[in-house]
Amino acid sequence: MTALPSSERSLFAEKLGLFLLLAPAVLWLGVLVILPHVEIAVLSFSERIAPRVYAFGFGNYLEFLGEPIYWRTFARTAFLSILVTLITLVISFPVALYIAKFASGKSKPLLFLMCLIPFWASELVRTLGWMMMLRETGVLSFLLQKAGLASGPVEMLYNDASVVLGLVYGGMLFMIVPLTNALESLETAQIEAGYDLGGSHLTVLRRIIIPHAMPGIVAGSIVVFMLTVGNFVTPVMLGGKNGLWFTEQIYSQFITRFNWPQGSAFGFMLLLLSTVIVWLGLRLTGQGFAETLRKA
Amino acid sequence: MQKASLSFRLYVAAFYLFLFAPLVVVALFAFNASLFPAPPWKGFTVEWFTGTGAVFGKPGILKDPAMLTAILNSLKIALPVTVLAVVLGTANAFLLERRNFPGKALLSMMMLWPLVIPGVILGISILAFSSRIANSLEDWLNMDLDFLRPGLFLVILGQLSFVLTISTLIIGARLKKFDRSLEEAAFDLGASRWRVLWTVTLPFLKPAMIGAGLVAMLMSFENFNTTLILVGSDAPLPIYMYGQMREGATPALNAASLLLMVVAGSMAVMVALFSSQKAE
Repeated sequence: MTALPSSERSLFAEKLGLFLLLAPAVLWLGVLVILPHVEIAVLSFSERIAPRVYAFGFGNYLEFLGEPIYWRTFARTAFLSILVTLITLVISFPVALYIAKFASGKSKPLLFLMCLIPFWASELVRTLGWMMMLRETGVLSFLLQKAGLASGPVEMLYNDASVVLGLVYGGMLFMIVPLTNALESLETAQIEAGYDLGGSHLTVLRRIIIPHAMPGIVAGSIVVFMLTVGNFVTPVMLGGKNGLWFTEQIYSQFITRFNWPQGSAFGFMLLLLSTVIVWLGLRLTGQGFAETLRKA
Repeated sequence: MQKASLSFRLYVAAFYLFLFAPLVVVALFAFNASLFPAPPWKGFTVEWFTGTGAVFGKPGILKDPAMLTAILNSLKIALPVTVLAVVLGTANAFLLERRNFPGKALLSMMMLWPLVIPGVILGISILAFSSRIANSLEDWLNMDLDFLRPGLFLVILGQLSFVLTISTLIIGARLKKFDRSLEEAAFDLGASRWRVLWTVTLPFLKPAMIGAGLVAMLMSFENFNTTLILVGSDAPLPIYMYGQMREGATPALNAASLLLMVVAGSMAVMVALFSSQKAE
């Protein structure tokens, strides 16, 4: 009997097993996530000084600041994304409250499930649906004319409102799910106590319901904001020429103009934007990142 | 709890109308006997699904070679993504739930990253990196490495980069619930390590693995942003439909959308069934 070699062998097997399990994870994060981001970071700081000759420089970022269409599109994307997040929150909150606290036993899971259904459909399909609703020859224009509210076709597509509408629609699920989950744990007795103590609807909402839903509000807002900032199809299709979304600028630099250093710099600006806004949101509400992500 | 007031209930009803109106419109106008997917209603037809093009000059989606090629491309992407997401996701789950190693907290944090990176940026970063590798390898080996240029292979890698996070989370959550005394009992009965894995642990993980596979397939089928950047000449369904949408709408697009909704819906129902089985 030799005990030592066998334990050594099992130690070796243990090490080998760990290595075999680590390899795919390290390859995945290294080759598909980290190194590609290093690559665009390096690209974003390279300037073309002659055909096929590049040197280190901040030119791509200066170009971003110097060209109004670039930074205006950037600022517009940031502003509209925040607006979309707020509108999504305001529209979704009553629905989440209804599902969590007012719906009866049977209808509750049904209502919740019905919120999920539209999101099993592709983003493209949802956008197509809104185009068919809003365009000049579309359903809403047709109904308005039938009802005698409009004398001719009404074009409701290709403006900021249609872009915001499409983005709010696309974000709703990601707001309703965390909100409903957060509100589920609120004791009905706590709300009733608020009323018994003479609180109005508004006081109860402001002092009891909203503070309790805060983790859900933050989680939902962060996810909706990130999805909105990174969206491409909705602003392009529903906004047309007036869509002007920053992802579209990245796409056109990379694919249409083949100016990869400029596109990489834009990509980093977008990453910076979503990181800063998310960080600010977490800071203002005093929530942590990992637990927020887990809730969402 | 008091009952919701009438205005509150009306608001919720209006919300659900808002939620379903665009999808119902898409589905409905797939059956409109007209060249344009717009009102007025001109009668019911399935010409946009199975027609040969004799009536409207354009074939229905099931007879349209371009559409069928796009569907085939989608499958060519979705199948490898699904298999790899399940296999590698299971490996990741074992790594995170069963092993301890330096840097584990950092690694599990980094695994969440791909979910917060916009899809367009995942796309451009993978495109730029693979092009750099292709350029240097081609100079060195003196041969063409087309698979590192935009095309199906890069789309598969691009989708995998974030789908793996989801499959790892789903399978890891199930593995966390596993009662390890079951494995110990099998070891005590003399089973080898592989046999225990094969007959005890993996069967327990099976619902989560199937669920993760379905979610991966769904995400692959519907992904747009990352795919748009990495796609070559073989466009999968969403990219093909996007191109058609830009050229102008026909009810054929509605038919394709309805098909996509039905496929996605049935997969989602399967996910729901498997996760309810998991809960037992």
